[in-house]
Amino acid sequence: MNSALAAFVAGVIFAMGLAIGGMTKPAKVVGFLDFTGNWDPSLMFVMGGAVMTHAILYRLIRKRPTPLFTEAFSIPTRTDIDARLLGGAALFGVGWGLSGFCPGPAITSLVSGQMSVLIFAAAMIGGMALHSVKYKP
Amino acid sequence: MEQFTPIASLCGGVLIGLSASLLLLSDGKIAGISGIVGGLLPPIKNDTAWRLLFILGLLAGGLPFQLFLPEVLTIGITRSTSTLILAGLLVGFGTRVGNGCTSGHGVCGISRLSPRSLISTVTFIVTGAITVYIMNYLLGGAL
Repeated sequence: MNSALAAFVAGVIFAMGLAIGGMTKPAKVVGFLDFTGNWDPSLMFVMGGAVMTHAILYRLIRKRPTPLFTEAFSIPTRTDIDARLLGGAALFGVGWGLSGFCPGPAITSLVSGQMSVLIFAAAMIGGMALHSVKYKP
Repeated sequence: MEQFTPIASLCGGVLIGLSASLLLLSDGKIAGISGIVGGLLPPIKNDTAWRLLFILGLLAGGLPFQLFLPEVLTIGITRSTSTLILAGLLVGFGTRVGNGCTSGHGVCGISRLSPRSLISTVTFIVTGAITVYIMNYLLGGAL
């Protein structure tokens, strides 16, 4: 195992989690966001399972001085709540509600070759590129 | 409507948590998909390979489902091309402005009890729910 292989394996496991959890079905995502209608709480179980697992393992992993294959952990340290955090999340939520897609499932579902996914993913990458142009990294 | 799948969803969630933990243990990185993809625009020297391989893994992990259980990757709702483009732009731009999406904030950040991630997650679920309400009950369910 090395850094690159681990990243690939992590991607594979992530995609399987999305697919098994129901995140790659936009109808199911919209059903989760439909609190006043025929609400499907399944996605709370996806988030709950993911957070429970990672919260425990995160604490164990952070006891190490470094990761296995790189020199340091890259963990966000900011704690301020600013307008960009709120505004960005608000815009993302609107797009998520409109389409039922968030970034991970949009990429995994590309393998289905459905035109809707291709259009969404292309626009999503366009939106990300727009951000890079506006706020030079 | 889709049916309630608590066990499958819980198992899927555990896999996502394991994936995030593997990436942290091996590479020291946060499994935030919008950050991983957005960090390639433009690519930065020595910070590209792991991103590409993770994305390749996201695609490879979807393949067995497409081959043997394609129902898992079905959309199930009707959206016009212009709605999909608008939604994609909002998701791409919004996640980069807000430094994360369902994975980076919703899973990794909440696991660390990051206040930014908690606020972000509540915000995108609320605006998502308002959007779905408008779509389903004011605009007739398709756009």
